[in-house]
Amino acid sequence: MAHVPQESAAGLLAREESCASITDAITSLSLRRRSGRLWLSGFALAVLLMLGLMFGIGWLLALGVGIWGLNIPIAWGFAITNYVWWIAIGMGGTFISAALYLARQEWRTSLSRYAEAMTVFAVSVSGLFPILHLGRPWFFYWLFPYPNIMKAWPQWRSSLEWDFFAILAYLIVSILYWYVGLIPDFAALRDRAGRGTRARLYGLLALGWRGEARHWRRFETLSLLLAGLAVPLVFSVHSMVALDFSEAVLPGWHSTIFPPFFVAGALFSGFAMVLALGIPMRHWLGLEAYITPRHLENMAKLLLAVGLFVDYSYVAEIFTALYSMDRYDVALTLNRMFGAYAWLFWTTISCNVLTIQFLWWPRVRASPVALFLISVAVLIGMWLERFMLIVTSLYRDFLPSSWGMFYPTFWDIAFLLGSLGLFFFLYLLFLRLVPVISMFELRRLADARPQASADGAQVRS
Amino acid sequence: MKGPPSCALLAEFATAEQLLAAVAKVRQKAYARSVEVYSPFPVEGLADLLGTRSSRIPFGMLVGAIAGGFGTYALEWYAAVIDYPLNIGGRPLASWPAFVPAAIEMSILGAAVVGVLSMLLGNGLPRVRHPLFAVPAFERASADRFFLLLHTAADDSVDSRTLLQSLAPISLSEVGE
Repeated sequence: MAHVPQESAAGLLAREESCASITDAITSLSLRRRSGRLWLSGFALAVLLMLGLMFGIGWLLALGVGIWGLNIPIAWGFAITNYVWWIAIGMGGTFISAALYLARQEWRTSLSRYAEAMTVFAVSVSGLFPILHLGRPWFFYWLFPYPNIMKAWPQWRSSLEWDFFAILAYLIVSILYWYVGLIPDFAALRDRAGRGTRARLYGLLALGWRGEARHWRRFETLSLLLAGLAVPLVFSVHSMVALDFSEAVLPGWHSTIFPPFFVAGALFSGFAMVLALGIPMRHWLGLEAYITPRHLENMAKLLLAVGLFVDYSYVAEIFTALYSMDRYDVALTLNRMFGAYAWLFWTTISCNVLTIQFLWWPRVRASPVALFLISVAVLIGMWLERFMLIVTSLYRDFLPSSWGMFYPTFWDIAFLLGSLGLFFFLYLLFLRLVPVISMFELRRLADARPQASADGAQVRS
Repeated sequence: MKGPPSCALLAEFATAEQLLAAVAKVRQKAYARSVEVYSPFPVEGLADLLGTRSSRIPFGMLVGAIAGGFGTYALEWYAAVIDYPLNIGGRPLASWPAFVPAAIEMSILGAAVVGVLSMLLGNGLPRVRHPLFAVPAFERASADRFFLLLHTAADDSVDSRTLLQSLAPISLSEVGE
């Protein structure tokens, strides 16, 4: 990557930061910092929720999907909502890491690592739900094309089969992308871990990385190409999630706007999650020197921009439905706004349309607390939006005799909270064990500033 | 990358600029293959100074993408048309638009997997043990120091120690094997 001009590095990294100080600060987070009471209590809570999920999965395997509030007409309840919500959160991480890398946005440097980690964990969590929702989850491998004694093949024309390939590819590519970027940083940890188990662990993970110039070149070529692949992957994967809906001939789902609408929604909730994770992390780990107010401000602007795309989609959806004068589309739209689930619609609107308008004010964008609250509101709003899309299209079928409501059970809630538990279990481990900021990229950023020499001494002109 | 020769000298520098200057000077005297350069972050132009050929990773990834994409498409076509045809109201068996999504995802996956593998293989990784890790000063190659390694056995045309000392390194150590 080209050397950074002086002004673009300004505000991203303090003047006194050098290659050595960056490496010391980030590696000691994994090597020397104690866990602390806050981390331990968060971890205990996450494990507790995760155990709830594990127990729930066992219960589900024993009794079937009936333990959820699923019924006809609403056969897609919390499980598919959770799936769409989690995989969408993953999209934001990839976008920040890959698309902003291609666009040479230097400020992504401090955010990319934990955003990628968030992606990997969110996609892992999301992949559970379609499998658990299958009815007979232990046959999920039937989705995979393999020669079998039943002489059967998967149904290639089904969007659920496309989804399987999309999740599979997305999960593996995001893990590879994350891991490749981690190799040089694992090497830094290895070199600072002294002797013992941790040095051996990081040594194995670093694969013997030494930072030779030819190695760096191959590494950079690969990073660039992987980023170039990840961006279309993000768009295609979430389009396929949308096709799960729009392939069905149901008012509210059967619409060509769905793939771009879902991609915008995915980026929206992903950016919100990056802020919601980053602001407490920055405070707790003392990363204010690396995740600066300028980073938060830029993220807030991105959140607002992509939020406006989502809001536009809401308007377009309502307009198209009413303009079409299709009686089912019109009925569905009015039902969403004024029917039994009107509270869902209006809560979604207040979270995803009204709340983000505060981001127009620079003072709001400068306040971490306000940004945190807004992004949590967006995350809640995006979960409710998916839930609304699912239940309002299903609860009033074409036949009034089959109308019905969805009532979540204890296990619905347990699976939702358990998925959060599983995510935070992985994320909190990541905070303790893995460099949370891409050190080698930050070193390059530090080196590109003209004033600082590499050993940290300031050369004042 | 070849295995470590019998003897090599490792010079340590404080900045990327000093390293670039040193590499340029050493390259006038020694063969490219006897010089290795280590830095804590990718330094612009360093690999070019060493006269590296263009990477074969992009081509490998293209092959991976084609294999993944066309392989998946061929599998879908074979399954849907030959091995397990389903007549649904006389609709065409080779319904190619429905075969595209899985093929796209697998072509991206194929490219990524081939790319990562060829980066690792090209770099001779994983290689957990290396003579350089025995040099104490080399710990800072992953933090803030820049290193130039000159294989003396591979290139006996120069007096390596004098050459490296003339570059005024912070430290000069022998890497044995």
